Amino acid sequence: MANKLIVSLSPHVHGNDSVQKNMYGVIIALVPALLVSFYMFGLGAVIVTLTSVIACLFFEWAITKFILKRERTTIMDGSAALTGLLLAFNLPSNLPLWIIIIGALVAIGIGKMTFGGLGCNPFNPALVGRIFLLISFPVQMTSWPVAGQLGSYTDVETAATPLALMKQAVHGNADALGQLPDAFSLFLGNNPGCIGEISSLALLLGLAYMLVKKIITWHIPVSILATVFVFSGLMHLANPAVYASPFTHLFTGGLMLGAIFMATDYVTSPMTHKGMIIYGVAIGFLTVVIRLFGAYPEGMSFAIFIMNAFTPLINTYCKPKRFGEVVKK
Amino acid sequence: MDLILIAVVSLGAIGLIAAIILYAASKKFAVYEDPRIAQVAEVLPQANCGGCGFPGCSGFAAACVKAGSLEGKLCPVGGQPTMVKVAAILGLEAAASEPKVAVVRCNGTCANRPLVTQYDGVRSCVIANSTYGGETGCTFGCLGCGDCVAACKFDAIHMNPETGLPEVDEDKCTACGACGKACPRGIIEIRPKGKNNRRVYVQCVNKDKGAVARKSCSAACIGCGKCVKVCPFEAITLANNLAYIDPAKCKSCRKCEMECPQQAIIAKNFPPRKPKAEGEAAAKPATAPKAAPVAAKPEAPAQAAPKEA
Amino acid sequence: MKTFRIGGVHPAENKLSAGKAIETLALPKQAVFPLSQHIGAPATPIVKKGDVVKVGTKIAEAGGFVSAAIFSSVSGKVNKVDSVIDASGYRKPAIFIDVDGDEWEESIDRSADLVKECTLTPEEIVAKVKNAGVVGMGGACFPTHVKLMPPPGCKAECVIINAVECEPYLTADHRLMLEKPDQILVGVSLLMKAAKVTKGYIGIENNKPDAIRLMTEKAAAYAGIEVVPLQVKYPQGGEKQLIDAVIGRQVPAPPAIPINVGAVVQNVGTAYAVYEAVMKNKPLFERVVTVTGKSLKNPSNFLTRMGTPMSQLIDAAGGLPEDTGKVIGGGPMMGKALVNTEVPICKGSSGVLIMNDKEAKRAEPQPCIRCAKCVSACPMGLEPYLLATCSSLQDWERVEKEMIMSCIECGSCQFTCPSHRPMLDYIRMGKGKVGGIIRARNAKK
Repeated sequence: MANKLIVSLSPHVHGNDSVQKNMYGVIIALVPALLVSFYMFGLGAVIVTLTSVIACLFFEWAITKFILKRERTTIMDGSAALTGLLLAFNLPSNLPLWIIIIGALVAIGIGKMTFGGLGCNPFNPALVGRIFLLISFPVQMTSWPVAGQLGSYTDVETAATPLALMKQAVHGNADALGQLPDAFSLFLGNNPGCIGEISSLALLLGLAYMLVKKIITWHIPVSILATVFVFSGLMHLANPAVYASPFTHLFTGGLMLGAIFMATDYVTSPMTHKGMIIYGVAIGFLTVVIRLFGAYPEGMSFAIFIMNAFTPLINTYCKPKRFGEVVKK
Repeated sequence: MDLILIAVVSLGAIGLIAAIILYAASKKFAVYEDPRIAQVAEVLPQANCGGCGFPGCSGFAAACVKAGSLEGKLCPVGGQPTMVKVAAILGLEAAASEPKVAVVRCNGTCANRPLVTQYDGVRSCVIANSTYGGETGCTFGCLGCGDCVAACKFDAIHMNPETGLPEVDEDKCTACGACGKACPRGIIEIRPKGKNNRRVYVQCVNKDKGAVARKSCSAACIGCGKCVKVCPFEAITLANNLAYIDPAKCKSCRKCEMECPQQAIIAKNFPPRKPKAEGEAAAKPATAPKAAPVAAKPEAPAQAAPKEA
Repeated sequence: MKTFRIGGVHPAENKLSAGKAIETLALPKQAVFPLSQHIGAPATPIVKKGDVVKVGTKIAEAGGFVSAAIFSSVSGKVNKVDSVIDASGYRKPAIFIDVDGDEWEESIDRSADLVKECTLTPEEIVAKVKNAGVVGMGGACFPTHVKLMPPPGCKAECVIINAVECEPYLTADHRLMLEKPDQILVGVSLLMKAAKVTKGYIGIENNKPDAIRLMTEKAAAYAGIEVVPLQVKYPQGGEKQLIDAVIGRQVPAPPAIPINVGAVVQNVGTAYAVYEAVMKNKPLFERVVTVTGKSLKNPSNFLTRMGTPMSQLIDAAGGLPEDTGKVIGGGPMMGKALVNTEVPICKGSSGVLIMNDKEAKRAEPQPCIRCAKCVSACPMGLEPYLLATCSSLQDWERVEKEMIMSCIECGSCQFTCPSHRPMLDYIRMGKGKVGGIIRARNAKK
């Protein structure tokens, strides 16, 4: 025999799943939404996306190499690219380059690497970046370009988003709800806003892909969407003149993007199915509360951010159903 | 102006109320603790290593105060000087103790103990030990994953990459015993440092029969019993094919070291012998037992050693 | 299709030798019998150097209630009672017998005739099983007679036969069912009689449709035996998972055992061994062993005498390939990697699996990304990531609270982990420590 026998404990086989496969799987799931955004926003979307991804990869590499001084670089595991892509999806397509780069630095540097890198961060890094930018540069972050200006970048015309209209309705503008596009066209992609959130259809395609590939389970997205639908539906029934219909809520703003891609981030979401449902319901509830009663028109990112903070608590108290707890038949 | 006044008054009031509550609480829930416990804890090293057998230094301090005697109590880190200080605080007599040190009883270096398999699991001795006998043929020896190194709070034990074995830094070692507890194979023993820091011990824990042990490691104790016969002080016992030198009986004469065909007995910190001395030592055994009872204290071998050197 | 309710994974089946009929392996030159081939106290040798033994001669007596006797599988002379490196990787005491001819004890019925009629009482059956040294043949090697004697206060309601063979690669049980269906069914009837129950289930995964068909057909002639086809899912062969899958009852957390829910689980190989022991007076000294592996020339199933070195089986299956990285005793999910190929076949050796260098090496672990796949895969409803982390941090109180003792070490968590984390290594360590702590606590009481 040529070599010494290898000895280790069982199991001796592996399912061949890997971190890379999962990360690139999510990136593939994001492709339909990315294509829609290129179609809608043209050059601006391409520039913002590329800048964000490249900046995230660069910061990941630079921080592991020069600050943490680790030998193995982690940029190939796909997590930094995914963070970059998700960050870009949460930005308007006319955002200046330097703001995007600051966002990437905050996302990777503060959101992820300060806690020790992949797997250690308590908050979704892309969300950290987005919320930092939203608070620091509120004007740039909330001027939404009108779709269809394919050749322009920062010089586009901007318009109010459906969510802003909905907020105006709550604040007493009786005509605002009437100006909303109908729910179906919102669903297809007529939903001005950040790069990634325009087409619910494309995002749902991504969800289907991830479910088929078993990258995520249905618990988080379904519980978020269902809660938003039920809660906003109840409000709509109570006062249709002020509160928009639940369909409009489902298909506007970052709800789909958040429910499908941001809230389901492995690292920052709960570990058990029961916990995932609690987490999803709470996110859905908080989102509607912020949308209807808060100062900001959109509440998705804040809702996820708040629930990220509760994830360890949920993990501590939500245990899976242990074998043998089931009562005898 | 009003604004400032309101702020000052309200904050001041809150502070005052909080202070009163705190004061009341500290009076109400005060627990009496023997002040000597704090004093004793003060002179302890505060390493909280648990080497004394109590949970941390404060636990040890409480136990010392409560016991009313220091018999059997020793802070291995601070050693005798610390215990004298503790005794002074408590007005007691410090029990006599001798300084100790951790010794690694395995000499299965890469050269002595060829690898027969590759281990491909977590680098932890406990896990490797539960997996199988180890990468070499010896199922008793050091696994080399460094659980002892991780357990040491004093940076006193390190793996030597050349031998693949841990080495104890005698100056830093406090004999707290953490490494010994971490070792799943009981290789590390806490032994008295010995006179002039010189000690003799069997550097092997292999209990296999001679032929099996020798096959797996060229430095293994084969249980031949030659050392037992040659020892003039009956300090060596042989059990399960393994010799053990009782530190309380050993006078560091080093006869066993000379006799061992496997070089499994090591004499630490002795000056090197002259090559000539070998024949001399072999001729001597007859006289040694006579001389030893007279010079019961270990001066005799200690004197003999420099002469040889 | 029935299956168990929580978790589970589906590793590639790789049943390479499923189509190969059982061959009888030649006798070894020297047979080695380790004294602890079962769970419980090691057996005590009753032969000494120079004694002449026949095939089926008892060479070691059971060392206690939870223990089993050992019988010679060869005829010849006892060479020595020494130690041998067994599957655990440590030297264990063993009896060495030099083979000389093939002379059987006269009491053994060597004819191939099927004996169906049994007039023995349940107690007599249990005594015969005990005297034949029969243990669970699935790998855990729990003495069979102990399982047939329920502790006071427990009553068996049914016998469940484990013919699941959920471990990838292994086909020994599958072949046995195809070639000895009647003997197995008589064995099941005997087990049912011994356990004083009228209902017996045979759980078979539906990747063995031929076995399901044959057994269902034959079982019609035996009262109370039902074949239950099961969906393919690992670890269905786990005792607790099988009970859940077949009769829908879950055994509570340790120290509860299957009899607490009225089930007696036995391996299909055990049923066969019971038939031979009771009807043919043949003690347990041979078994079917699968020798397999992708790099192996000729994966096969051998009827092998105990004590045969694994190297002889490997040679019979085409020889050890050049690029061998790992030799595993048992299946790939729960088997033990062997230190050398001279390890003897024991009562629980269901297979020998050869892996090449590339398959054998573990991938480098990456940080946990908290994907929760291990939580979903765990068939016991535990949180493997948490147990592994807390074990590595030596927080024994926490892992005990998180029910580490419920872990069945099936390896589903580590199999499914995208970060290739060696979770089960840590969990085993934690289980060992916590087990020690619990024993110490009980001893104090």
